Formats: sequence, C-alpha cells, structure tokens
Amino acid sequence: MIEINGLGVERGEFRLKDINLTIDDGGFFVLMGPTGSGKTVLLEAMAGLVPTSDGNIAIDGRDITRLPPERRSIGIMYQDYALFPHLTVAGNITYGLRYHRHDKKITDKRFRQLVDDLGIRHLLNRRPGTLSGGEMQRTALARALLVEPRVIILDEPLSALDQRFREEIRLLLKQIHATTGITFFMVTHDFSEALTLATGAAIMNSGTIVRTGAIRDIFQRPGSSFVADFVGMKNIFPATFSGTTATLGSLRIEIPHAHHKAGGYIAIRPEDIVISLKPLESSIRNSFAGSINGIVDQGFLYEVYISVKDATFISLVTKGSAVDLGLDIGTAIQVCFKTSAVHIF
Amino acid sequence: MSRREPFYLMSLSCGVVVLAFILLPLVELLTAPSPAMLRETLQDKNVFLAIRLSICTAAAAAGISFIVGTPLAYLLARSHFRGKHLIEAIIDLPIVIPHPVVGIAILGVAGKNHWLGQMLAELGIRIMGSTTGIITVLTFVGIPFYINTLKSGIEAVSPRLENVSRSLGAPMWSTFFRITFPLAWRSVLAGLIMCCARAISEFGAVVVIAYHPMIAPVLIYERYEAYGLNYSQPVAVWLVLVCLTLFLLLRILTLPGKKAA
Repeated sequence: MIEINGLGVERGEFRLKDINLTIDDGGFFVLMGPTGSGKTVLLEAMAGLVPTSDGNIAIDGRDITRLPPERRSIGIMYQDYALFPHLTVAGNITYGLRYHRHDKKITDKRFRQLVDDLGIRHLLNRRPGTLSGGEMQRTALARALLVEPRVIILDEPLSALDQRFREEIRLLLKQIHATTGITFFMVTHDFSEALTLATGAAIMNSGTIVRTGAIRDIFQRPGSSFVADFVGMKNIFPATFSGTTATLGSLRIEIPHAHHKAGGYIAIRPEDIVISLKPLESSIRNSFAGSINGIVDQGFLYEVYISVKDATFISLVTKGSAVDLGLDIGTAIQVCFKTSAVHIF
Repeated sequence: MSRREPFYLMSLSCGVVVLAFILLPLVELLTAPSPAMLRETLQDKNVFLAIRLSICTAAAAAGISFIVGTPLAYLLARSHFRGKHLIEAIIDLPIVIPHPVVGIAILGVAGKNHWLGQMLAELGIRIMGSTTGIITVLTFVGIPFYINTLKSGIEAVSPRLENVSRSLGAPMWSTFFRITFPLAWRSVLAGLIMCCARAISEFGAVVVIAYHPMIAPVLIYERYEAYGLNYSQPVAVWLVLVCLTLFLLLRILTLPGKKAA
C-alpha cells in the first residue's frame, strides 16, 4: 500500500499543498486534473525526482521520502516516452537490469515474454527515432516492466497517441495490470480513460487534492462544482435547500435526500435529462416547461440548451431523436429528470 | 527570400565584406613566404619545439578543463540555486579581462609574496617561466569556453531521460555516464575545440608568465621584433596550418546533428 501523508512540494511559484492519498497494493489509481494542477510534480515527488518540503511517502509502511529515486522501486513512464535515443529498443528495455540482482535465466525468459506480449520482438534492433508512437509506448512500457518495480507511474500515457493506438494501448495497460499485479498510478486529464481503467482516483486542482475515492463514486457524487465540471456534468447550479427541495431562483427541484447545508450546488448530467414535446405521465418528479435557445452539434449527438425560468439546462439528444421531435430554436419543450439524477454538494 | 530583394542583396554584400575582412590578411599571410622559406622554417628546431609546445599546452589546458569543467557544467545546466548567475558571471570573467591583466593576476597569486605561490614553491611547482605556468594561463583563458559550450549541450539533453534512468535503478553517476555524457559528447568535443582554439591563440597573458619556454605566438612575436615581418610570417603560416588541420579534423567529428536529444 502507498500512503502519502501531508506531502508538500515547492517549485518556484508553484506549490503542492497537503497531499494525502492511500493507494491499494496492485490497484490501478488515476490522478486527474486540468493542465497546471500539479499532477506531474506530484508523480515526480513520488518517484523522488523533485524534493519535498513537507510530509512523507510510505510503501508498505516503509518511509521512502528521503530515498533516492533508484532505491524506491517506482518506475516512471512519461507522456513523450523518454526513450534513450542512443540505444536500440533492446538496449532501452534492458537498461535497468544491471542495477537489479535477478537470475539471468529468469530475466532472459521474462524479457522474451515481455517483448512477445507487447509485440515488439521485431523492433529490438531499431533505434527509437524510427518507431511509431505506439511502438515507442510499448518499448517504454517494456523497459519499465522488466525491472519489476512495485509501482509504475504513467504520465498521460495515451495523450500523445492517435485514437487507434489509444484504444489499443488502453486495453494493453488493463491487461498488463491484471497479469503483473504491479500497482499502476496513472496521470491523465481524460475522465473517460479513468472510467475504463481505474479502481481508485483523485482529482487535483491548483496543487491540492480536491476529491479522492472510487472512480464510480467520484463520477456519481463529485462533491464540488469543480469536480462536477471536470467529470463532465454540465448542469451545475447554485441552490438553497429545504428538506428534499432545492430552490434555484423561482424553480423548485425535488432532490433525493435532505442536504445538511442551507446552500450549495446541484448538478445533473446532460444524459440524465429527458426532453419531450408534451408533459410526461411518469414517475419522474422533476418536470418543467421551457424553450430551446441553442443547439450545438457534438458529432453523433446534439447538445440542446433549454431555458427554464432562471436556468438553462443542457440535454444530450441523438440526431435521430432531434429530427423526430423537430427540435429547433424556440421550440417549446418539457425538461424532465429523476430525483435520483440530481447530485447535491 | 528572393534573390532580388534589397535586403537579400544587402545581406550578401555584408557577407562578402566580412569574409574578405577575415580572409584577406590570412591569404596574404599564407601566400607571402616562398615554399623554400617554409621548408627552411620547418627545419628550424626552435619553430618545431614552439609549435609542439603550443599544441601540447593547449591540449593540457583542454584536458584540465574537461576534468574539472565537466562536473561544473553539469551542475550549472541541471541545478537552479541562489547565486547561479553570479557563478556564471565569474566563469565568464576570463573572456572579458584583457590578456596581460590575466597574466599579471596569475602572477600575483603564484609569486613568492603570496601564500599560494609560497605553498606551490614548497611543493616544487614553479609557475613563472615554466610549462606549468603556460598551462595554468591557457586553462584560465580557455575553461570558460569549454564550460559554456558543454552547459548548453547538457541543457539540450532532456532531464526526463535522466529521470527515467534513475527510476530504473541507475545511480546519478551511472546515469551521467550512460545517458547524459553519450548524448552530450558532441558538445564535449565542441567545447574542447573552443577551449583549445582559445588557448593556442593566447599571447598577452603567456608573455607575462612565461616568455620561456617559448610557445609559437611568443616565438612569432620575438621573430617579428628581432628580424621583421619576413622572418615571422613562415612560423605563423606553420602554426595556422597545423591548427587548421587539427581543428578541421575535430570539427568534422562534431558535424552530424547538433542536437543530442
């Protein structure tokens, strides 16, 4: 288990403050946050590559805060792969072996297994400069895995790849994580990546952790307007609470349970908002009349903006449904969502 | 840029003027002595010894710069600390100080009236009028060129490569020798060439510290003073030719790809 307690890092004007994280052994943990939130600084601090000013990091109860990077058993894989340009693929992969005492036969077998699993056997004599993005990614992964670290830190491993390679590497990461049992700590700013890969996650903003927990839990209960926005919730409104009702200007919205504070935010995922031309006779408790004031093409879907009194709701509608309903600017429309679709924080 | 543009024509004209400015005296120097005179000069033992001493002392200065300058260049390229700019300015000082002043400054600390000079004398190390003195002066004037060139070369090597190396278990020294140095070797070579070139051309400081043993620039000056232009030119030609050959050979090695990583 990795435990980070009250960690602080100072780098010029930027500061990481009071970072507290617990990462289960063998888990796939994802660290998310917008650009400049301090994700890379945190992972470099974990790997011992930047000095910390406060707190400590422990692996299985052993404090590693003052250990040099080479004695932490934390591998790192950067977004740009950082392959050694003067070495071949084989030279890159086996680079770390001389610093680890392993039986040569076992290491050779593991090397062969790795290059076969990652499909890079035919590249062994090539130089990094001649490889594609996906091939570089696999080489960097093999290099990090061969020395069998306790933890592998992946700094936005998929962001530099095109869509085809991204899917491929995503599956590969999931598969390797399942077979090796190594703890993966991945940095990303893509929430959908996190959803498909991670067991646990933390969200950073301005040098602090603003939310941590199980990935589904963060997705369902963001806990703050920043996290809600980050995980893709578009309908975030300030509201006052009274019992199981949230008041949003002149709108009264039924919420799933009473909130402990008088004021806060409510959020509803756009995909949880149903629109219809007529009021629905259903169990849905929140149903409001409004009119469309904007339609934005999102590829397969339309993002429909609907004015309801003091608020503008956003709903996602398939293009086929939009045509069937004859949606257009000014169309009178009914906005409906279940009480359970309202997130409160 | 079109070849008819006034800016292009102006740039071209300036280029021609600059090249003529550099080449004209050198061509004149190289073509003035007759082949017979050049042959005769080469057979002169003093000329041979002076050129050899120039090359050897400049190489020694480059070697010393390599040994003590490499770690410092790495430190300056990779670390950010209070006073770094001051240290960089101090390293650049020998470039801006007039050459005779360098000689006088070294003489000040290496002389018998200074504790360092006394200590060196007790250790049997003589600076005044010795090869050691020449190497000291040449290292003083050449080392900034080596450090600055190598520092830029190391800065061009991504620190992430070093980070990955260390995360794979390599200690810092091993990371330096397996990653940083192989990727910055062209800068090392370029720095050594710069250092050597600066050292081999030094005259003002050397003449203060060690008139004898005589390096080539001092010999050329002496011949000019004693016998005039015609006697100094052949020695100068040989010095230029030897240096040009050496530097061209080294430069060819550094040509393919200037960026390490």
